[in-house]
Amino acid sequence: MKCPSALGVLIYFCSAVSSQGAEFGELRHKLVEEVAASARDDGFPLSPRVIAAMEKVERHRFVPAWLVPFAYLNHPLPIGHGQTISQPVVVAVMTELLNVKNGDKVLEIGTGSGYQAAVLAEIAKSVYSIEVIEPLEKQAAERLKSLGYGNVTVKMGDGYYGWPEAAPFDAIVVTAAASQIPPPLLKQLKPGGRMVIPLGMQFVTQYLMLVEKRADGSVTTRQIVPVAFVPLTGGH
Amino acid sequence: MPMSRPPLIAISLLSACMLAYEVVLTRLFSMVLWHHFAYMIISAAMLGYGASGTALALLKEKIAPHFGAVYLTAAAAMAFLMPAAFLLAQQVPYNPLELLWDTTQPAKLLAIYLLMMLPFFCGGLSIGLVWWRFGREAGRIYAYDMLGAGAGSLGVIGVLFLLPPERFLIMLTALALLAAAIAVIELQMKQRSLMKAFIGLALLVAVVPSGNWLEVRPSPYKDLSQTLHVAGAHVVAERSSPLGQITVVENTRIPFRHAPGMSLNSTDEPAPQLAIFVDGDGPSVLTRFDGELAPLDYLDQLTSALPYHVLETPHAEPHVRRHAGPHVLVLGAGAGSDVLQALYRGAGEVDAVELDRNIIDLVKKRFHEFAGDLYIRPDVHVHEAEARGFVNATHKRFDLIQVALLDSFGIASAGLYGLSESYLYTVEALQTYLSRLTPGGVLAITRWLSLPPRDTLKLFATAAVALEREGIANPAARLVMIRGWKTVTLLVKNGDFTGPEIDAIKQFSRERSFDVAYYPGMRADEANHYNLLDKPYFFEGATALLSTQRQSFIDRYKFYIEPATDNRPYFFRFFKWSAAAELFALRKQGGMPLLDWSYPLLAATLVQAFIASILLILAPLAVSRARRSLPPGRMAFYFLAIGLAFMFMEIAFIQKFVLFLAHPLYAIAVVLCAFLVFAAAGSRLAGRWHGNADAGRYLILAVAGIAAFSLLYLALLPYLFRFLIHLPDAAKIPISIALIAPLALCMGIPFPTGMARLASTADDAIPWAWAINGFASVIGAVLATLLAIHLGFAAVILLAVLIYTAAAAALRGQG
Repeated sequence: MKCPSALGVLIYFCSAVSSQGAEFGELRHKLVEEVAASARDDGFPLSPRVIAAMEKVERHRFVPAWLVPFAYLNHPLPIGHGQTISQPVVVAVMTELLNVKNGDKVLEIGTGSGYQAAVLAEIAKSVYSIEVIEPLEKQAAERLKSLGYGNVTVKMGDGYYGWPEAAPFDAIVVTAAASQIPPPLLKQLKPGGRMVIPLGMQFVTQYLMLVEKRADGSVTTRQIVPVAFVPLTGGH
Repeated sequence: MPMSRPPLIAISLLSACMLAYEVVLTRLFSMVLWHHFAYMIISAAMLGYGASGTALALLKEKIAPHFGAVYLTAAAAMAFLMPAAFLLAQQVPYNPLELLWDTTQPAKLLAIYLLMMLPFFCGGLSIGLVWWRFGREAGRIYAYDMLGAGAGSLGVIGVLFLLPPERFLIMLTALALLAAAIAVIELQMKQRSLMKAFIGLALLVAVVPSGNWLEVRPSPYKDLSQTLHVAGAHVVAERSSPLGQITVVENTRIPFRHAPGMSLNSTDEPAPQLAIFVDGDGPSVLTRFDGELAPLDYLDQLTSALPYHVLETPHAEPHVRRHAGPHVLVLGAGAGSDVLQALYRGAGEVDAVELDRNIIDLVKKRFHEFAGDLYIRPDVHVHEAEARGFVNATHKRFDLIQVALLDSFGIASAGLYGLSESYLYTVEALQTYLSRLTPGGVLAITRWLSLPPRDTLKLFATAAVALEREGIANPAARLVMIRGWKTVTLLVKNGDFTGPEIDAIKQFSRERSFDVAYYPGMRADEANHYNLLDKPYFFEGATALLSTQRQSFIDRYKFYIEPATDNRPYFFRFFKWSAAAELFALRKQGGMPLLDWSYPLLAATLVQAFIASILLILAPLAVSRARRSLPPGRMAFYFLAIGLAFMFMEIAFIQKFVLFLAHPLYAIAVVLCAFLVFAAAGSRLAGRWHGNADAGRYLILAVAGIAAFSLLYLALLPYLFRFLIHLPDAAKIPISIALIAPLALCMGIPFPTGMARLASTADDAIPWAWAINGFASVIGAVLATLLAIHLGFAAVILLAVLIYTAAAAALRGQG
């Protein structure tokens, strides 16, 4: 693991004693500044509400204890069960792309650590999240509850059919890898709504797919490489 | 103590164990990680041997009085270290996916490398001791040693049909302990109780039950590991063979719905499926089929369904009238998804080619009801064969050749295959496929979509070059590419696409919200409508690749998209140093996932091989008394050169024979066997010339032989392979050995010739000669792979010839 800053380690051990952890705020602030700058450089300037959400959610609460000193590095981290917590810049850009507003209802397929749900919950009215790995679902549900995210509902189950009881949704994020986009999810997306899917492997987000449902119900997708890496041919 | 005879049978067994271990490790690494890591394992083995040589040179005086005890201890240590080193290496949390974030990952890789070295160190020590002690009988020792090595490396193939690789590790322990027991008898040692103890231990080990402790633990980020975490997933069948570990997983709670890149306009739900993983990668799926086509509607919603719509176009090829449905060949049929698609689209006849008999058997037997007897239908002919071999040998002609999408999305896009040889997508492969199409027939290849575009543009360029090599004046008229949100399908037609066909392609794509990326005569404003990219990268790329600017475009492109060839079959390598620097600079912005990790990893392995071999092989000599007896510069160069050149040849031939023998494990086992046994025979031959005034001339003859055979093979192997590739393994294995034999025989001569020269001039420097040669072998194994990726096998082989020539010149100068 890349060396955490000396401050991070110090705060980690201090906070273990004091159980306060408020000192992480400074590290988080630095991380969010870094994330905002890189997202801007990539062509996805973050809106104030996304920045505020990223500032507020305590990422160190969403990683295993031994990784807490690394929580505020702009890295993906393992969370067990073969899953990871995404790189903060990817979470921020995905949240931005979802264009979530106050009062929105959001569906998430693949709760994982619950971090993305928490970030969304800072902005949206309610977040519904489905996880397929039982222990992760349990952990995330407890974690989100203990952190006071009363507007997040987590359930264990098959994400394919979405959450018909709560549908339709203003935004859907599908973080669990799939070879296809389940048609029921598209159906549960409101006209004008947005769906974001990161594609790649654990630790390695290759590109993001933004699915937009038009008012007439037709869908288009935008494929986004979350890094400013153009032009593809040098010398142009 | 008597000890008048060398323990020849024991030597033979130990040598067999070590070689078998070397080969089986490649199998195990494929299961745990994503690659066989042959170059790294061979390098670690060489490091073990080299370090044992150095240890022996420094400690032999101290060891001498305890020869029997040290010999047996080393053999027993090797026996237990074989499984132990692997099981410990599994505990190292090495994760190539984290390489870009986690600066401790290279250290973890180094730990694995050093652990892998240990059994070879002990084995090398025990065999080296016998060499040293019974030097007078070196010839016989060598013969038994290499007989064992050859049997060990080849025997793996047979045993892995019977035993899973982890169980095989334990059997190797038992065998090595048995070797120790036999050594007690052969050395006429008085402590017969020792023999009984070793036999007892061997029996105990052989029957020890497998359990959690012996489990192969694949990376938690492999597809199978990820799938098994999902609630309700459970394994319903497992099969093991040298070709791979097959795992069939069922999940009725959260079912598999594998429909790669299905159109977003579709509301179809796939029929129930079982997921099939090979070495934990995949999945490909076995879909329930009861003869009803309606549940298969989703198969028409994939980009891979496009060629059927082209073939059904009325009046597409007026001179070709198809009375029945198209005759389809599916390459890499797996559990039959593409076969089902063919049947769904009304194929008249389907030939399905699958390499792994276990997969075919699962569909034919164990799950035949679930699969609706898919592989025993009269209109489906299943062939257990390697794709290239089958296509080369077949006299049939097909309306459609469909190259199945069997690798998983993540692996291909994450660069995990960057070092893997893949002969399925080379220029020569495409030429072969095209030659088996009926007039108007279509070759269809579907790949995952990667962004920025990598493999699809490489494939497009490959197809263009293949068409040109086939003498097609205007390849642009024969190519079509469409892309969905997750897959890309390339069509290459045996004939120009017609207007109605292009209309059908446009309609197919429009109805499914797929984008046409290229068709003959396409306008820029027709690209990029449904799956929007910042720019129409695919259309622009395809157009540039068909223009006179192709080479300049390839050179300027930030990823390596030069077409793969049989000489450089690294289809999945996209790494360019120039882009690496840029991506590294963008790492905090999410740039790292675009960087192909495997290439820098190879470079890191070279650095660690270099440092480890200096520290463990050369440095101990340099700080010992031996530092006063350095060999003359020319001799040092000689042993360095022949060590490097030998490894260059061996690694290049392994990679080259992957095409012929259809699988890396077969190539590793067979090529190692041939090189070891016949190089040993060459050494024996050279041994007879010791003291002969003509030894120098024989060396020149040997190097001339190396050059002649190498050049001959460079010219002939492609033709020989094409001609013989369809033969069964039982024929191909002896043919491979016979082909390598004369070359290896010549390559066995330079080492003993140099040793004899050194013995007559600077006897004290012999440990240095061993050490320098060992050092060269350690780095040579890795360096050869690196050079093969950059320059191709031909260049690596030519370089080896040049190095051999320089070595011979150096020795002549010395003489």
